[in-house]
Amino acid sequence: MAWTRKDLLGLEYLNKEEIELILDTAESFKEVSTREIKKVPALRGKTAVNLFYEPSTRTRVSFEVAAKRLSADVINIATETSSVRKGETLIDTGKNIQALKADIIIMRHNCSGAANILARCLDISVVNAGDGWHEHPTQALLDIFTLKEKLGRIQDLNVTIVGDIAHSRVARSNIWGLTKLGAKVTLCAPQILIPVGIEKTGVKVTSDIEEALKNADAVNVLRMQFERDEGAAFPQQLDYYKRFGITEERLAKAKKNILVMHPGPINRGIEMSSEVADGSHSVILEQVTNGIAVRMAVLYLVSQAKEAKK
Amino acid sequence: MSILIKGGRVIDPANKIDAVLDILIVGDKISKVAKNISAADAVVIDAKNKIVAPGIVDMHVHLRQPGREDKETVASATAAAAKGGVTTVLAMPNTQPAIDCVENIELLQKIIKKDAKINVLICAAITKDRQGNQLNDIVALKKAGAFAISDDGSSVDNDDIMLQALQAAKSAGVLMICHCEDKKLSQKGVMNLGFNSTRLGLRGISNASEYKRVSRDIDLARKANAAVHIAHVSCRESVDIIAAAKKKNIKVTCETAPHYFSLTEDDIVDYDTNMKINPPLRTKQDLAAIKEGLKNMIIDVIASDHAPHTENEKAIEFDRAEFGKIGLESGVAVSIMELIDKNILNWSELVEKLALNPAKILGINKGTLSVNADADIIIVDAHKEFVLEKNKIVSKSKNSPFIGRKVKGLVEYTIFNGKIVYQSK
Repeated sequence: MAWTRKDLLGLEYLNKEEIELILDTAESFKEVSTREIKKVPALRGKTAVNLFYEPSTRTRVSFEVAAKRLSADVINIATETSSVRKGETLIDTGKNIQALKADIIIMRHNCSGAANILARCLDISVVNAGDGWHEHPTQALLDIFTLKEKLGRIQDLNVTIVGDIAHSRVARSNIWGLTKLGAKVTLCAPQILIPVGIEKTGVKVTSDIEEALKNADAVNVLRMQFERDEGAAFPQQLDYYKRFGITEERLAKAKKNILVMHPGPINRGIEMSSEVADGSHSVILEQVTNGIAVRMAVLYLVSQAKEAKK
Repeated sequence: MSILIKGGRVIDPANKIDAVLDILIVGDKISKVAKNISAADAVVIDAKNKIVAPGIVDMHVHLRQPGREDKETVASATAAAAKGGVTTVLAMPNTQPAIDCVENIELLQKIIKKDAKINVLICAAITKDRQGNQLNDIVALKKAGAFAISDDGSSVDNDDIMLQALQAAKSAGVLMICHCEDKKLSQKGVMNLGFNSTRLGLRGISNASEYKRVSRDIDLARKANAAVHIAHVSCRESVDIIAAAKKKNIKVTCETAPHYFSLTEDDIVDYDTNMKINPPLRTKQDLAAIKEGLKNMIIDVIASDHAPHTENEKAIEFDRAEFGKIGLESGVAVSIMELIDKNILNWSELVEKLALNPAKILGINKGTLSVNADADIIIVDAHKEFVLEKNKIVSKSKNSPFIGRKVKGLVEYTIFNGKIVYQSK
């Protein structure tokens, strides 16, 4: 099959074959980063713009590295230093970047749906690097890529996602991607952090961490943000670690080869213990490496779709 | 000048008429309603196969003037109203400045006198600057010409102030209209709380934020023995609470808006900000309850909650976009499609909700086709299909969720005070 979308906005919008195509393409790009000269000319002469409305180092750098390894020119715009501060609207900013003849906008935004709104107003590609609580498709793709690389398949895997599901774009993208590929997804969080109606996606929901880990092939641990002001029922840090923290004791009761994942940055001693983060189950740094291959694949595919439409 | 409307299906629930009749207008009044009228000097309008009904009384409209003339003005809103078959609007007070004192009522009255193409009634604010803290002089507002009071856009949070306001409204003889929203519950929500808000990653607004306040306002109204009118009912629990109150003979009336019986949260695909409305578009179950409430006479009135906003305020991130949609020009078509064609209401019942009941609630002598009544009349081709196009919107703002949709039911003539103020061709 051929990729036909100019944008990547979320995994909800993709079918199984499209997700598999990204994963397969990423697999062939992974090798590039192991070469002496880590560069291919696939996007030579193309311009990718990192447009980040929210502070982010890891995702922005990962996209930048990915674009550069494809030989694209990369421009970084942080909104603190741009005319966005002067009140320019999202659509105007996007149209200006398009007028500069850039080819791809990679956008991180604090409002859900910002990438959707931008994509439908522009002819150039928009890649969602995380929008509000909505989606973070490349993060989920790299999580899934890592799972597949380690365990050989996604179909019928038991994957548990622990943490603040309600406010997590990483969780939403993982849920769409994993369920489409046939994995069995379990969500584990305090009740207040489970978003309304999420079981309609086909996931299982529990607030019992032992139960959630019991048959899991992998556990994806989300970052907790305790600075959120979500009212009295929001858990306290220490309570959270006691009830939901991933520790060696808890892993000892789980499957022998359970994988531990985290989208980073880790709060050590809050979501998981340091021993787990650095331990034998952890694939956290491999996720970072795979992020480059996945993002190379996405940038390559969306520009191919644009080329094909010319 | 005389106008003779020939051979239309005349719907006049006040006089229990649903029959093919002629109507003769002389001057600004209805002169005769009968079969085969002839009047030599009259302008004749052929209304064969058309609906002839009293002009719509829309008791929930944001004119935006004074202060936000970039969104809408009295001139543009009343022109849009005329196109939509609306001959009376009740103007909501959340303007800049708010209509919270006699001077501001007089200011608005001057603009109305100069620019309005149809009848504009004023709803004044309950509290100073609609902040919910300091009760306005309700008697003075009434004397200056306010037909109702409301802090629409906000609810009066403080129970004591609300109770005093109800008592004041009662003794002043002015209608209290309640915007029912507990902001502690709705918080920073931007759409209905449910699977769709989860899917889109948007903050949800629960039904409770509305119905708990409906319940409180009805309780306080009972305590004050005052009449209340509940604005823009959107959810099933509110309908149940109002039904129970009516059974106990509490003086409560209510309205819903066409979007609550035509759209649901499922329509918010791809973050269309014209679907961002407060109260939010609810679920299919809520929509069914609204229709049921209309059918069972629990919901008395259909009002547009016409809420114009500029493109700048809508063509942005969903979280940041303003709440509200325009509705003056689409109400008739949406009501016909959803209520008449789907056998929820018959024509007499629909005209009751659109014209007769709001006129009664506001205490004005409108909404009827009685002889000697004001000649506010609309002629509607209920079968005419057309596409709602953005460039044909008369309102200054274009924030309609129905743009591009094929609809059915065209207002062909709007007659106000015996004069044709709108004609479709």
